[in-house]
Amino acid sequence: MSTTVLDQTAAAGHKPPKPHRETYLDAWTVKSWLLTTDHKRIGILYLISITVFFLIGGVAATTMRLELMTPKGDLLSSPDAYNRMFTLHGVAMIFFFLVPSIPATLGNFLLPLMIGARDLAFPIINLMSWYMYMIGGSIAIAIILFGGIDTGWTFYTPFSTMFSNTLVVPAAFAVFFAGFSSIFTGFNFIVTVHTMRAPGMTWFRLPLFIWAHYATSLIMILGTPVLAIAVMLIAVERLLRVGIFDPALGGDPILFQHLFWFYSHPAVYIMVLPGMGVISEIVPCFSRRPIFGYRFIAYSSIALAILGFIVWGHHLFVSGQSMYAGLVFSFLSFLVAVPSAIKVFNWTATMHKGAIRFDTPMLYAIGFIGLFTVGGLTGIMLSTLAVDVHLHDTYFVVAHFHYVMVGGAVLAYLGGLHFWWPKITGRMYPEMFGKLSALAVFIGFNFTFFPQFILGYLGMPRRYFEYAPEFQVLNVMSTAGASVLAFGYGLPLIYFLWSLRKPPSAPANPWQATGLEWQTESPPPTHNFEFTPKVEKAPYSYSPVAVEGFDGYGDHGSH
Amino acid sequence: MWNFPLLPEQASTVAPHVDLLYFFQVGVSLFFSVLIFATILYFTYHYREGSNIDRSRPIAQSLLLETTWMGIPFVFGMIMFFWGAALFYVDYEAPPGALDVSVVAKQWMWYIQHSQGRAEINELHVPLGQPVKLTMTSQDVIHSFYIPAFRVKQDVLPGRYTSLWFEPTKVGRYHLFCAEYCGTNHSAMGGWVEVMEPADYERWLAEGGTGPSMAQEGEKLFVQHHCAGCHRGSQTVHAPRLEGVFGKSVPIQEGKDVHFVTADVTYIRDSILRPKSQVVAGFEPLMPSFEGQISEPDLLRIIAYIKSIAGEETPQ
Repeated sequence: MSTTVLDQTAAAGHKPPKPHRETYLDAWTVKSWLLTTDHKRIGILYLISITVFFLIGGVAATTMRLELMTPKGDLLSSPDAYNRMFTLHGVAMIFFFLVPSIPATLGNFLLPLMIGARDLAFPIINLMSWYMYMIGGSIAIAIILFGGIDTGWTFYTPFSTMFSNTLVVPAAFAVFFAGFSSIFTGFNFIVTVHTMRAPGMTWFRLPLFIWAHYATSLIMILGTPVLAIAVMLIAVERLLRVGIFDPALGGDPILFQHLFWFYSHPAVYIMVLPGMGVISEIVPCFSRRPIFGYRFIAYSSIALAILGFIVWGHHLFVSGQSMYAGLVFSFLSFLVAVPSAIKVFNWTATMHKGAIRFDTPMLYAIGFIGLFTVGGLTGIMLSTLAVDVHLHDTYFVVAHFHYVMVGGAVLAYLGGLHFWWPKITGRMYPEMFGKLSALAVFIGFNFTFFPQFILGYLGMPRRYFEYAPEFQVLNVMSTAGASVLAFGYGLPLIYFLWSLRKPPSAPANPWQATGLEWQTESPPPTHNFEFTPKVEKAPYSYSPVAVEGFDGYGDHGSH
Repeated sequence: MWNFPLLPEQASTVAPHVDLLYFFQVGVSLFFSVLIFATILYFTYHYREGSNIDRSRPIAQSLLLETTWMGIPFVFGMIMFFWGAALFYVDYEAPPGALDVSVVAKQWMWYIQHSQGRAEINELHVPLGQPVKLTMTSQDVIHSFYIPAFRVKQDVLPGRYTSLWFEPTKVGRYHLFCAEYCGTNHSAMGGWVEVMEPADYERWLAEGGTGPSMAQEGEKLFVQHHCAGCHRGSQTVHAPRLEGVFGKSVPIQEGKDVHFVTADVTYIRDSILRPKSQVVAGFEPLMPSFEGQISEPDLLRIIAYIKSIAGEETPQ
């Protein structure tokens, strides 16, 4: 290994030096990070990169919320500045934060550990995935520096191809590269789950986190190429004036919406399915109960992945698509309610007769269930034809998808980050501050986005720089809530970094959890396991009565 | 001065129907949210770690429970689907005899012309209690015509017509918004819909002066663009007469087959801009394309003219 290995236990100071245990974090040269093929290190690279984009997207969101404090445009100099701001927010948050968030960080880190493998099937492709992401991300940052784009993250044609005077083609390439990073990740996950499970790790002993990631990966490899094609066609029409989408050139503008949503609706499940996987790990662990309805939850992930591909037309009810297409897409969209309900009810039932602990991950998980429920139910309203005619493109839609993507995906991401932080870094986070952040995020989130449901039904359209004065009160409420939300987000950022100042001291299994990832040390050695683990029982074999004396699968990493 | 509305005014015939369905959905959603939240709170309190409570014989799995909580959302979903679909389906087509209004959207304004001829910008005056049908197109990007108080919205596309109809039920002034992001001044691309008593509406139309109606303007354009030369009796070129054509079935030659299409606004538009794509059976594809030569408002006027002669006999 590298010559600059830092002996972290020795750095701890005056305590009697423990014999050094090799971990994946030992090498600290730049080269050891940039050329690593260790799935755990690539997970960390992703964690750092997506945090940068989360902050960029967050600054854009803050600017928008401040601008919307008053009906007139006053903070930003022009409507163009605002339009660039919401486009930046959408592009950064969707393509560079939410899509890779859980799969590329926690998924990358945990998937091999959870199935008892040494790494992903294709470690070099895994590293290439991060480089693809970084190429896309660098283009995105260059776009910001050179003036931004104003098409919205949806790139609707012919505005994006023939009318916008901003950097649409570079943005298309940024999305294209980011897309390939998720294709590589998805492909890698699928092969790994098929071929690298430890002895005894049958399909129905897989943690539900793995089922969720398997379903997500299917969407990534089947949906993302269509997005790649759609954005490349934008570049072709814009650069070469080939009539694809603009009717003035003989194209069809609705065609773009079909292509775009064929990816971007399934992408909603790319964002939320991994989160559901996280919740399925946290809830049983902190309820000390085996998960309720394991197979139903597993199959519902696959069902969501499949259904996700046949409902895209519900984004087009008022677009001029055929009325009959509207009827079919509305019907299919209602079917999504079933697998979503399965998850929510099974998580709730898991708590029955448990011995529930309220550590930070569990608080985030409970928050997730509540907010995802609201997001799902309002999604049902938007699937309803006559109601959607009124609600389409209003703040109701904005509120709905934030409930799913922030209330769902981001809360799960934060919950998962707290849950596995000891495993990833070997450090515990301060529990009190963790609870405070979970509370602040939950309250701040609701204050930010609940008023937007009302705004939407009142008729306020989205993407408005200036708005009618009667909408002001609700907008001020929303902005006030956003400040609490920002506080909630800021806390973990600070205390997670702060926790790194001390050498690793977290036990291998601080939560007495049953997954294979907890059988190895925190942080894990480079090769994950000292011995190939053998799996002999079903996952989630928790027991509420044995809480006190539980020593899980070897608290000290022994076998 | 406590004024905190939760819904916009109900000012059209469909608005109360949409609101009723929405209230039903809010009710069902509240019921299930409260059910789920209360259960979670109860479990987290009752079964908190260390609480002295019976935890013996937990249910590990239950097919009955699983089917129940799959079945109930499915049934409620289907009720909502059929309810929403029925409303959408029934109100899709404008009733016959609706007042015709043309809308041309462009970055960032709405140009609106009434069939009697009066035109206005970013305002739409309509009479109370009469169905109004908008035929809409865009000169540039996609826009969306949205009147929250009527609960109606329709995207307005370049290169084709979409339509929207409503019947106002309340005199007043209501927001008109562009709901599809369309560039710089998207949020300023709005205005007002003014619902007036029918008598006031007549007065308002007359205030515009006694100019020509849309159809009359269209007839002038019909002559100007030399449509009349062929379509009105000149025997040098063999072209179909247009009297009595609008709204009827037209036989179209496609290779050796003949099929029928309805001569609606879309068909007339396509026949002017892409005449070779749908040639009437028995005629030669001689007509040149007028693509790029006639503005969107003029096209709508010509169509209004062709519509105005729909009642006349087709001369042979």
